[in-house]
Amino acid sequence: MGFFKLSRRDAMTMLIFIALVLLAPIWLRPFGAAYPDLLQKFAIFGLFAIGFNILFGLTGYLSFGHAAFLGIGSYTAVWSFKLMSMNVIPAVFFGTLVAGLFAVLIGYVSLRRTGIYFSILTLAFAQMCYNLAYSVLTPITNGETGLRVLQDDPMVIDGLFGVVQEGSPIGNFFGINMQGYPAFYFCAVMLIIGFFISLRIFRSPYGLKLAAIKSNQNRMKYTGFNTRPYLLWAFVISGMYAGMAGSLMAVTDPLAGAERMQWTASGEVVLMTILGGVGTLIGPMLGSVLIKYFENIFSAFNKGALHDVFAFMPDWLENLVVAVVHPFVGEGWHLTLGALFMVIVIFLPGGLMEGFRRLSRLRGRKPAK
Amino acid sequence: MADNIVLNIRNVDKTFGGLQALSDVNLGIEEGKIHAIIGPNGAGKSTLLNVCIGRLEPTSGTVTFDGEVITGKAPHEINQAGVVRVFQTPEIFPELSIIENVMIPAFARRDGAFRFNPFSSLRNESGIREEAEHVLRDMGLLEQRDHHAGSMSRGDKRRLELAMGLVQHPRLLLLDEPTAGMSRADTNATIDTLKRIKERGMTKVIIEHDMHVVFSLADTISVLAQGAIIAQGEPDDIRGNQKVQEAYLGGAH
Ligand SMILES: Nc1ncnc2c1ncn2[C@@H]1O[C@H](COP(=O)(O)OP(=O)(O)OP(=O)(O)O)[C@@H](O)[C@H]1O
Ligand SMILES: [Mg+2]
Repeated sequence: MGFFKLSRRDAMTMLIFIALVLLAPIWLRPFGAAYPDLLQKFAIFGLFAIGFNILFGLTGYLSFGHAAFLGIGSYTAVWSFKLMSMNVIPAVFFGTLVAGLFAVLIGYVSLRRTGIYFSILTLAFAQMCYNLAYSVLTPITNGETGLRVLQDDPMVIDGLFGVVQEGSPIGNFFGINMQGYPAFYFCAVMLIIGFFISLRIFRSPYGLKLAAIKSNQNRMKYTGFNTRPYLLWAFVISGMYAGMAGSLMAVTDPLAGAERMQWTASGEVVLMTILGGVGTLIGPMLGSVLIKYFENIFSAFNKGALHDVFAFMPDWLENLVVAVVHPFVGEGWHLTLGALFMVIVIFLPGGLMEGFRRLSRLRGRKPAK
Repeated sequence: MADNIVLNIRNVDKTFGGLQALSDVNLGIEEGKIHAIIGPNGAGKSTLLNVCIGRLEPTSGTVTFDGEVITGKAPHEINQAGVVRVFQTPEIFPELSIIENVMIPAFARRDGAFRFNPFSSLRNESGIREEAEHVLRDMGLLEQRDHHAGSMSRGDKRRLELAMGLVQHPRLLLLDEPTAGMSRADTNATIDTLKRIKERGMTKVIIEHDMHVVFSLADTISVLAQGAIIAQGEPDDIRGNQKVQEAYLGGAH
């Protein structure tokens, strides 16, 4: 039995995961990634991708609209700040819950179709949310300005306890301000819980049934399963992960805007999952860390920085190299991402996790010879 | 009609566009018996089974199982009622392991059509695992249980399908050419397995081209040709039946 009903191997995976996450500020330092803002992003997008993988990885249903839940989680969290309290617990709780409710609705309709039609339905719903946030729903979303917490917001619960906001409102965890490392560690704990839940789902009869649905849904029906509610739950769970990720974005910066719901954000989580390895436990986390890391590095370069990097070259070569590299950095970082993605999909359709498996198989074979 | 009829097919018609695949089929399957359906290629045998398990809706007519009309019900409801089908072209879960392929139908029987248990652990499902192993041992697949089902030979896939059907202990098992693509030895082993199950009282409908299998198993034989039942009786009657000789036994086979 051991650690929370996990097998020995899974318990090891879990312990290593916990250690890596909690010690990230130390071991990511040599990579220049050990500052809280970026670490928070790793945790938040990791959570988003881990949840997305429960739907896409286990059932094979590819949603192109999960950013809608991200946005809903953010808006709900900010409203929880405004109306109730700057404490982050209710913000995350309601963000997750409300996203789950929306997921019931959107999932119920979208799951009437499979394959590309399912993807298009989810995309349509997300674009609808995005457009509504900018138009009809401006009283709730504050339109293009974005929803923010103001000093004269009611914050009823904080009022009851006599908590007074000084300066611009900041989320707190029972008095600990959610900025810098405390904010990262709050996100890290959520990430660890999210990973643990995903691990348990993968190892449960429910998870096995989802994998069987992915493998041959018709056969599942003739085997006696009503597949629709299985899929709906997977959709709702992954929507709740997205909602939690969205509310954590608001926790670290009490602000919500509709751009979080744009289709590019939905596409990003698909990329993260595929890059790391669809249907693997660790892959989605890996994919999101890599994408956020490279986004951070590559998008920071401008022409001047490039000239500095290649200054050791003769001038003509330096200018040539900078001209070639420049479209791939800064604003052009998406070009790099696209190229990277194509390489992975063509040569490693199972993502980075498949790469690791191949490597370890190679290494495993050598001593045997 | 005798009252020990479990499956009752009444006036079933099925047309595909202009093609009359089944015309006015009437068939009663007796409890505890093995009922063989034979007939030339394209006679409508698989179509008849498809109508029984809800894969196809009949154009007209009804199918009753255990006194309840099952035409129009969803496939999973028909399965949960106790009618299980083994397909002609193997329908398995190729990405899962062999034992998981058998555990899935065992779960269906225990958990019903839907059960949400994301926090229970597969490691604690030793009961289900043992059931699956038991059936796999019967089918001679136990040693390979952890292999991928997708990489099995065609004959092994058929035996896996049979295991998936048997683990559900259905009241009625519909077998569509269960030995097609099997070696002689495997065919004989399958016949033995099916005979043993007969002793446990499971009703079976079996479609077969292999007359050796048919005559060693069947209690009753129905002959289907061009969508209609042209003869029905005990194996010895069928063997001597002139119409059957013409339509089938004497023909291509
Ligand atoms: N879904 C379908 N759509 C159109 N025509 C079909 C369909 N299913 C079967 N048919 C046609 O109905 C007829 C009966 O087919 P069926 O598969 O039931 O024959 P069978 O007796 O099982 O033959 P075999 O021995 O080759 O398996 C055939 O002419 C077939 O082409
Ligand atoms: Mg057939």
